[in-house]
Parts: sequence; C-alpha cells; structure tokens
Amino acid sequence: MSNALLQLTGVTKTFGGIHALSGMVCEVPEGKIVGVIGPNGAGKTTLFNTITGAYRADAGEVKLKGVDVTQWPSYRIVREGIARTFQNIRLFGSMTVWEHLLVAQPHSESAWRRLLPISWANPAAQARAEEVMAFFGLTELRDRPAKSLPYGIQRKVEMARAVTAKPKLLLLDEPVAGMNHDEAEEIRALMIRLRDTGLTILLIEHDMNFVMRLCDYLYVLDFGVLIAEGKPEEVRANPVVLDAYLGKDN
Amino acid sequence: MSTYYASLLAESGILLLGALSVYIILATGQLSLGNGAFMGIGAYLSSYLTVALNVPLTLALLISAIAAGIIGAIVAFPALRLKGIYLAMATVGFGEMVRSFFLNFDAMGGSGGYRGMQHISVGYVWLWAGGILIAVMLLERSRVWLEMQAVHDDETAAGLIGLNTTVTKIGAFGVGAAVAAISGGLFAHHNVYIEPANFGFDRSIEFVLAVILGGSTVGPGSLVGSLLLVFLPEFLRPIADWRLAAFGTLLIVVLLVRRQGILDRSLIRTLTFRRAAA
Repeated sequence: MSNALLQLTGVTKTFGGIHALSGMVCEVPEGKIVGVIGPNGAGKTTLFNTITGAYRADAGEVKLKGVDVTQWPSYRIVREGIARTFQNIRLFGSMTVWEHLLVAQPHSESAWRRLLPISWANPAAQARAEEVMAFFGLTELRDRPAKSLPYGIQRKVEMARAVTAKPKLLLLDEPVAGMNHDEAEEIRALMIRLRDTGLTILLIEHDMNFVMRLCDYLYVLDFGVLIAEGKPEEVRANPVVLDAYLGKDN
Repeated sequence: MSTYYASLLAESGILLLGALSVYIILATGQLSLGNGAFMGIGAYLSSYLTVALNVPLTLALLISAIAAGIIGAIVAFPALRLKGIYLAMATVGFGEMVRSFFLNFDAMGGSGGYRGMQHISVGYVWLWAGGILIAVMLLERSRVWLEMQAVHDDETAAGLIGLNTTVTKIGAFGVGAAVAAISGGLFAHHNVYIEPANFGFDRSIEFVLAVILGGSTVGPGSLVGSLLLVFLPEFLRPIADWRLAAFGTLLIVVLLVRRQGILDRSLIRTLTFRRAAA
C-alpha cells in the first residue's frame, strides 16, 4: 500500500520460549486512527516496545515511510517521527509541565542553542511549547510539577510531551485506562482533533466501546498472533474475536 | 583580610569546583565517588606543564581540563552499564587506581610529592570558581540541563522522547572531570606542593558531602556546602575537640530534615522574592 505510514512485516519477538509476537504484519495508513486490541498478554505492549526500539525484534521489519528502522536505537526512531506514551504514565519527577514540553522539542537545534538558557536562545522552542500547551488545555498548569497533577491530567501531559516533537506517528498505550467516562470522552475528542491536524495515531485499548467509536481500522492480537483485522463493525461481528475475548462456547 | 582567612577562602573556592564536578555528574543520576582522581590528574598535569614546560598557568589549566575531560568520558563508557551503588563502587576503584599510579610515578616525585609551582592568589582561584559557578547556573536554564534531568528521572522515558541518553551521561562525566581537574590545578598552584594523598578517597567524599549538605538539586547549593564545609569547623574551634563531632551532628540533622540539602528551588524562590519585595 502506497499511503502506509508505518509498515510491519513478519515482526517476531520471543522471550525465552515465549512468542510474545509472531510474524506480526500490519499497516497504518497516514492520517488515520488505528487500534490494536486483544486480551491481556496478547502482545500489544510488546508490539509498541518493538516498534519504538525499546525491544529489538528477533525477525521482521518495521518501516516508517519506507525507511527501515527495525534495529535503530529508540532515540533515533523518535527523531525519525514515532512518539509514544506509556501504559503506566512515565513523567519526569523533577519537572514542571512547561519543562516537559521544552525537553521534548524536535531535535534539530544547534549545540550552542541547546547549551544557552532557553529563555534567551530559543524563542522557537518556547513558541512550540506554548502552542502545544494551549492545544491540550494545560496553560493554566504551566508551572506545576507534572507528577503532582491528577491522573487524567498527567495522561494529557504525557500526550502533549509526545506531540511536542512533531511526530508523524503517535503511539498511545491505553490512553484512557483508569479514566471515568467524561475524562475518556475528553481524550477521545483530543485524539480526533490531533488526527485532524494530520497526525496518524496507533493506539492500544481495552475498552471495546471506546475503540469502536474512535478507530478507522482495527487489528486484533491474541497470544502474539494477529487473529483478525478490519473496520470496527467487521471486527465486532467476527466470531474469532469473540472467542478470544469471551472464551470458546462449546 | 588576614592570610589565614584568605587561605580558607581559597580552599573553599577549590572545594566549590570539586563539588560542582560532582553536581554536574549527579544531575544525570550518576554518583561519582572518584572525582578526587580527576582533581589529581588536573593537579599533576597542570603542575608539570607550568614547572617543567613553562606553560602559562591559565593555558595549563585549560589543557588539563580537556585531558581530564577525555579521560572522564573514557571512564564513563564502562560505567554506563552500572547503576546506583555499583557505579559508585566502580568510581571508588578508579580513584584508587589513579592515586596509586601517582604514588608510583617517580618522574613526578612519587610518594614524595611534587613542588616548584608558582603561588596564586585567592582572587585568581575565585575568578575560576565564580566563573564556573555562573556557567553552571546558566547551563541549568538550558535545554541540555533539562535533558540531563530527564535522564536522571527516567532514563527509559528519556530515550523514548528522542534523547540520546548515552551522549548525555558520557558528556556529564567528561565535563564533571574537566571541572574537577581545574579544581586540582588551582589546588596545586595555591598550595605549591602536591602529593598523591591529596587526591584520595576522602577528597572525593568531601566533594560529595559539599553537594549533599549545600543542596544537591541546585548549582548554588554547592557554594553553600563548600563555604560551610570549610568555615564551619573553623568557627567551631572554641569547642575544641568537639568541633568535628558537632559538625557531624549538623550533617546528620540536615540529612534528616532536608534530604535535598540546605538550598533548593523553593528556598531560592523565597529568598529572591523577599529581596525583590524589600
């Protein structure tokens, strides 16, 4: 497919004898929201870790816009355009919201600019941070230590940090886990706004309702194997998926 | 100013640089207990340059800083795989290695020490100490410092927002070592005599102590710590034999009450606000 932003072919990851991922094949088209679902232990987070270089794939290829990034270290993959959030929020304990956005800026500046105080040397970084802060509705919380904020807002800070670097593809690992309905709806609206700015999103989620109403396309994993894919309504009707989630009915 | 106080002041300036060298490395989450060795490298190399080769002192200090920085970066490579207490132990080992090297380095006096350096004034010491403190305080407001903090807080997450954590950690070690070397060069030319025992484990511990006591989360904390560490035992002289015990008690109290040390971000904000309001 020519418009695939991310392309995985035969990606395999094993831990000892366990096949966390076997022969994963998937494509994420540009400008879409694609979901990865599956029961616990299906290999969803392993998939994310392999794409972002936190794990090395044992076999297969990960391509971003045709560039093979499979064996790259994670920081280079991020710079190539894949940003992510984590299932358990990983914010920096000593930093404010504002500092989170400054540190995650695109990495194109000269060394001198990076060594001088940001407030003198780097108006572009500040403008970008302001812009992202406003987009996520975090402006009021600018100077608050990020880890002292409520859970739902910490999730938003983490998403904002990922978006600041101007990625092509955003990976979200259970972005609404542990959130109530209203908070989840807010995040859903944010994701749709992000997609409308041209960002492509790949997300892992347990909440089937949430995924069904948000994603353009779904992949279903079980025990590290891709068992189904398709538009949400196709996946919902697929008996294989129901078996994986609810167990076989004999 | 009496020569007595001048020499204490010079001593605290030299200690400030040693403390900053630990502080810079600590900012990336790495604890070095071997910075006394980098100080020793700076002291010996700069002394050799000025005494044997007649290189001007300032140039000699710069050359020593660069040399120690390169050694620091090389030491940091194997240290990258070590974390926490294991890294600390490895740096202790490195420190002992360097000390015993100078002990057996007969070309520069071995255990007998090395002399012949020209004496420098307390003003020259503080020119360096103050200059580097200001440079560190400016660096603290830069993007690079935020990257160091990110590595300190969560190395994995730092990598996954696009930071090259290896370069950050090695760079911090290199710069820390360079600053320690300048501290050593100034020490050598202020005391005009050096011996391997000057740069042993207790020197490394003294640096760490100044950082922890003064405040390990802000650059000026090292200043507070170095001044306290040098001057407080002197002011406690009236209680004679008990002064070191009193000093130890103070240290324990500070660690119990303020784990981050005397100075931190919020205290600095309070102090500067008061000054602005007055």
